[in-house]
Amino acid sequence: MTVSGFAQILVVLLVPALLALPLGRFIARIANGERTLLSPILAPVERGLFAACGIRAGASMGWRGYVSALMVFSVMHFILLYAVLRGQYYLPMNPLHFPGMSPRLAFNTAISFLTNTNWQAYAGETTLSPFSQMLGLTSHNFLSAAAGIAAAFAVSRAFRKGSGANGLGNAWVDITRITLHLLIPISIVLTAILIALGVPDTLSASTTVTTLEGVKQVIALGPVAFQEAIKNLGTNGGGFFNANAAHPFENPGVLSDLIENWTLLLIPFAMPVAFGVIAERVRDGIALLVTMVVLLGLFAVLLYAAEAAGNPLLHALGVVGGNMEGKEVRFGVALSSVFAAATTGTSTGAVIAAHDSLMPLGGLVALFLMQLGEVVPGGVGSGLYGIVVFAIMAVFVAGLMVGRTPEYLGKKIGAREVKLAMLAVLILPLCILGGAAYSLCTASGLGSLANAGPHGLSEMLYAWTSATANNGSAFAGLSADTPLLDYGLAIAMLLGRFAFLVPVLAIAGSLAAKPSVPPGQGTFPTDGALFVGLLAGVILILGGLQFLPALSLGPLAEHVSMLAGHSY
Amino acid sequence: MLSSLRPAFVTMLAFTALTGAALPLAIVGGAQILAPEKADGSLVIRDGQPVGSLLIGQNFTGAGFFHPRPSATVEPDPKDSSKTIPTPYAADNSAASNLAPTSKALIDRVRGDVAALHATSVPADAVTTSGSGLDPDISPENALMQADRVAAARHLATDQVRALIASHTQLPLLGFLGGARVNVLALNLALLNMPR
Repeated sequence: MTVSGFAQILVVLLVPALLALPLGRFIARIANGERTLLSPILAPVERGLFAACGIRAGASMGWRGYVSALMVFSVMHFILLYAVLRGQYYLPMNPLHFPGMSPRLAFNTAISFLTNTNWQAYAGETTLSPFSQMLGLTSHNFLSAAAGIAAAFAVSRAFRKGSGANGLGNAWVDITRITLHLLIPISIVLTAILIALGVPDTLSASTTVTTLEGVKQVIALGPVAFQEAIKNLGTNGGGFFNANAAHPFENPGVLSDLIENWTLLLIPFAMPVAFGVIAERVRDGIALLVTMVVLLGLFAVLLYAAEAAGNPLLHALGVVGGNMEGKEVRFGVALSSVFAAATTGTSTGAVIAAHDSLMPLGGLVALFLMQLGEVVPGGVGSGLYGIVVFAIMAVFVAGLMVGRTPEYLGKKIGAREVKLAMLAVLILPLCILGGAAYSLCTASGLGSLANAGPHGLSEMLYAWTSATANNGSAFAGLSADTPLLDYGLAIAMLLGRFAFLVPVLAIAGSLAAKPSVPPGQGTFPTDGALFVGLLAGVILILGGLQFLPALSLGPLAEHVSMLAGHSY
Repeated sequence: MLSSLRPAFVTMLAFTALTGAALPLAIVGGAQILAPEKADGSLVIRDGQPVGSLLIGQNFTGAGFFHPRPSATVEPDPKDSSKTIPTPYAADNSAASNLAPTSKALIDRVRGDVAALHATSVPADAVTTSGSGLDPDISPENALMQADRVAAARHLATDQVRALIASHTQLPLLGFLGGARVNVLALNLALLNMPR
């Protein structure tokens, strides 16, 4: 560990945390239907779309209406994406004549991009045509991100004074305005910067060169830059290439890496600020942001410490320095570590280093950040509604301690809300532990493992964690394109997204219908350091208690046996 | 549910057309006009022929060239397409080794590579594979370790080669962000241009 390593972590985390303040206010303007910089151009587009949709801009929904809108939207997109992936061979812009995906792989991939997971059981450059990458995947990066942010808007509105049961907003208006005012403009600016830094953007799928030693090298290309921009901005994470953002064409240098790392943190950090503005409780929103930044910073330092220490089994052979297996020289250990923490702390799942080759404790941090429920800071939108669930738990715990009815932002938290919050949170251990345990009892699951010993258990645990948390990164040695994992992980992704989202929107509906009570003497303040500490404790203890036994059999056991000189 | 069908369909059509076709195609067009070399992959042209991309590593094996890091990329076996054969720096199939820190395969590979280098202290990047298998860079320490071999093969003074490495070393951004590095292709091209 070096001072410059810590400085690199600070630069990566603090820049987006500071930008979150103005951006959060901007996002709140989008939610509140106010004019933005681009309204002169976009307002007529919006009006045209709303007319074509047959909706009135003022028509607000209740929670059931909001859920069914998101469901219908998702089902329709699943059908479109599945058809594009299956029919790729017959569709245009397929210069390398790639065949369509198999039914089970197309099912897995369509669910994966629909749920903002971007788990990839295929290698992009050897599987997908430019057409599938653009019309299939890039567009879904926008829409799944917009759907997540829209749901967070609905939850934020539930805490407004006098919101009313039908005061959650209109899903179509939200999705449209988020895409037009937020995601598209920022993506275009990012794309231009990335191209200037060397990220290719072309319709040709490859080019062939002859090296100085006379060997032919085929270099995969494609419309990379635009997809790269939205994949980070929308915390999607699905790489154009198999190696994701470790690939020099996705991430050519240090500056591109900083920009990509900042953008994947940007909206997740801005959402609690937007929440505070929408709910008219700015300080409470900032308390959520502080919790996210502090916890993520802590875990980034832990991950960096593990990687910088290096591999003692290689040191014994005469190798010096930190763990460089699976890492790129241009990024080095510190930037690779903070990216690994940021991509698992948000539900992005883009990687600039091979997570399978992280040190045991480095991999443990990545796993744990996902298992916390993707709330530090989580995905765009989903991180915010996730941490609100934990905030409800935190005030519930505080209420138990002092024997008063808990309230959050002036809304009384009753038995119904706490039950629904528990229901949402329990999806994680159910899918992660259940799925990994089942897979490891089958011959097919064991056959997928690439590494032996405790690391094999970590590989399978990571896959189910990543799918359920809608992250999408992988211990990529695992062979994921098998019937068990294609179908099993797809179901985990669906449950992780929707079995979490529906109870959360139900909580929003129930809170929206309640009157707002003014703070009294017994009200637990939710905008100060005490609440930040309590919330962090609730997040860590809920995460830790559920997953510690599994983690001790995987990464912890591997760490101890590594120190004892064992290999597998 | 039914009332959602029309807005869902319209939104899907409009935004798929916009974000999946119109915008990406406009960006491809704009990139081809404004920055064609970068949009096409930053290729290096030598004597009229593309010899590689500055961003993509390539495999050098001759004693007179600097060697890149080991690479874990593979290609399908031409004899049996269900199998793969190791093919370092296969730039149409990026891949990491995905070997665990406690993997015997990793330790055996590194032991072999360290032995082949005949060095007592080896920079980590010289015997580890990168995340993409296409890392275009090596560390300055790794380049310096190779200076004697390259100088001998090219009948150059070692000091000349060391000076060349120094002039091709990119320092971390602002002095502390990222790793110090030497682009292997740029360094080897510079070797070819050196007067004997």
